[in-house]
Amino acid sequence: MHPILLLVAQRLALGLLLIFAASILIFAGTSILPGDVAQSILGQSATPQALANLRAELGMDQPPVTRYFNWLGGVLQGDLGTALTNGRDIAESLSSRLGNTLFLAFWAAIIAVPLAIALGLIAVRYKDRWPDKVISAVTLTTISIPEFMIGYLLIFFLSIQLPQLIMSLEFLSDGVRGWLLANLRFSSVAMMNDSMSLVEKIKSITLPIMVLTLVVLAHMMRMTRAAILNVMQSAYIETAELKGLGMLRIIRTHAFPNAIAPIVNVVMLNLAYLVVGVVVIEVVFAYPGMGQYLVDHVSKRDVPVVQACGLIFATVYIGLNLVADIVSILTNPRLRHPK
Amino acid sequence: MRIPLAALIGLIFTALFFGAALFAPLIAPYGMAEIVGDVWEPPSDRFPLGTDSIGRDLLSRLVYGGQTTIFIATAATALSFVVGSVLGFFAAVSGGWIDQTLSRFIDLIMSIPTLIFALVVLSVTPTKIPILIVLMGLLDSTRVYRLARAVAVDITVMDYVEAARLRGEGTLWIIFRETLPNALSPLIAEMGLRFIFAVLFVSTLSFLGLGVQPPQADWGGIVKENKEGINYGIQAALYPAYAIALLCISINLVADWILGRTTSLKGGRG
Repeated sequence: MHPILLLVAQRLALGLLLIFAASILIFAGTSILPGDVAQSILGQSATPQALANLRAELGMDQPPVTRYFNWLGGVLQGDLGTALTNGRDIAESLSSRLGNTLFLAFWAAIIAVPLAIALGLIAVRYKDRWPDKVISAVTLTTISIPEFMIGYLLIFFLSIQLPQLIMSLEFLSDGVRGWLLANLRFSSVAMMNDSMSLVEKIKSITLPIMVLTLVVLAHMMRMTRAAILNVMQSAYIETAELKGLGMLRIIRTHAFPNAIAPIVNVVMLNLAYLVVGVVVIEVVFAYPGMGQYLVDHVSKRDVPVVQACGLIFATVYIGLNLVADIVSILTNPRLRHPK
Repeated sequence: MRIPLAALIGLIFTALFFGAALFAPLIAPYGMAEIVGDVWEPPSDRFPLGTDSIGRDLLSRLVYGGQTTIFIATAATALSFVVGSVLGFFAAVSGGWIDQTLSRFIDLIMSIPTLIFALVVLSVTPTKIPILIVLMGLLDSTRVYRLARAVAVDITVMDYVEAARLRGEGTLWIIFRETLPNALSPLIAEMGLRFIFAVLFVSTLSFLGLGVQPPQADWGGIVKENKEGINYGIQAALYPAYAIALLCISINLVADWILGRTTSLKGGRG
């Protein structure tokens, strides 16, 4: 077998093992920790009978190992259990929400990834000159504010202040003003339903996309800049320059093949980050996705829902990291052409 | 020693924030949960930043909120450093299966996003400040562990550690007398970044309603309490964002300077 296939197979097996271990950890996190789940759901004033009933319903009267395997067995068959709070099937409630979450993350990624790589390239091209410094200063600011606060800052300035500003611009004709107001409208609530067309949906999530883009952009830009600088400063690039090769040729045959792996890695890590960042942003914009569902049920102490959401988020996160690993193996010229 | 301008600005603002947190009762014009005016009053002489959603003085809330947020973040950072660095040094000095087991376990915890893990645990634990601190500290200690172990592995192969081992010193002696002093500077720079992360993290949890509980003030909670006001053009919810940004940027500037100093002094290693 080609050594590279072996490596990829190893990574895949490792990823599956990791997801399995993560499921144990998530389960343990909600059941072995100090604190009686039934007690904390029902509160201090619960009667002993109600507590006993709830424990039986949760299966708390069985040993944790049995409960874990019952749960895992169900999950593997697509049965995530039922929510304690409303008795609905979790898998059913989750499917449309997972779709919404991925929809939001997808559009944020479509905008953020090319932008981050372009800005990273600009920062490298003008290293230590003003474009680089401006980009660094802006990204330092955006990573120093929590995501949800960036969300509210944008709501305040774009959906509240901007229309007022446009209204107050006396020199514009009424027609222009009307056009601006109609087209620069940023909704502070991201509605989403099946009857909306794709364009309407995207318009509705403009602000969340902007917030996520800003947040991910900063991380991705910084990492891209570091990755490209790392390649451009290596000895073989200097050799190629000294040989008198043209800039294009250097980039095409020397820099690019070696830069793909780190850049793809950066992109994947940030996509993973994006999927988690979505959680908080969904709450800010009341977006009907998985993150809001999770947060809602954490405060309601609905353990089965939390376990299911936790497992799905962890799986997506581990999966994206796994893809990053595999891509960097596949694109590594040293591994592709073993001696 | 000359301190560069950026680092000096960072140091001054960091000191101001910590000073305000320490002396919050002296600085805040009103009590933390005292209702003193109308709902969302605009800034005036009586209320420099206006009032909040139920008529408490916003400046006082902000000062006390800073105290809570900075206290929790400091405690969590301290805990993560004690746990992370002791375990990291222990793994590096011991080596072998102890190192392998610990490192793989830490890898596993890091494979689940921190926020998701915290949410899972918070769904069954009561939301009290000590629990928040322990949870944040332990989750973040994984990052410290990685750094501490990486630095300590380099130190452990040094001659002076070898000499200490041959003298018959115990593992603990080596950790505290040989490894720790030599690993201190990169760890201190990392401490700044972990502190920033803790501030952002506790604010996020409080914003989600899973961190500090009202009437206790904290920066994330102030956003949650006043977010409705934004739709009426009231800035109350945005002040914590400015405070957090200023604090985090200041600490970043200081951490950058410390990191730059240690790398240039000791050739990339602390």
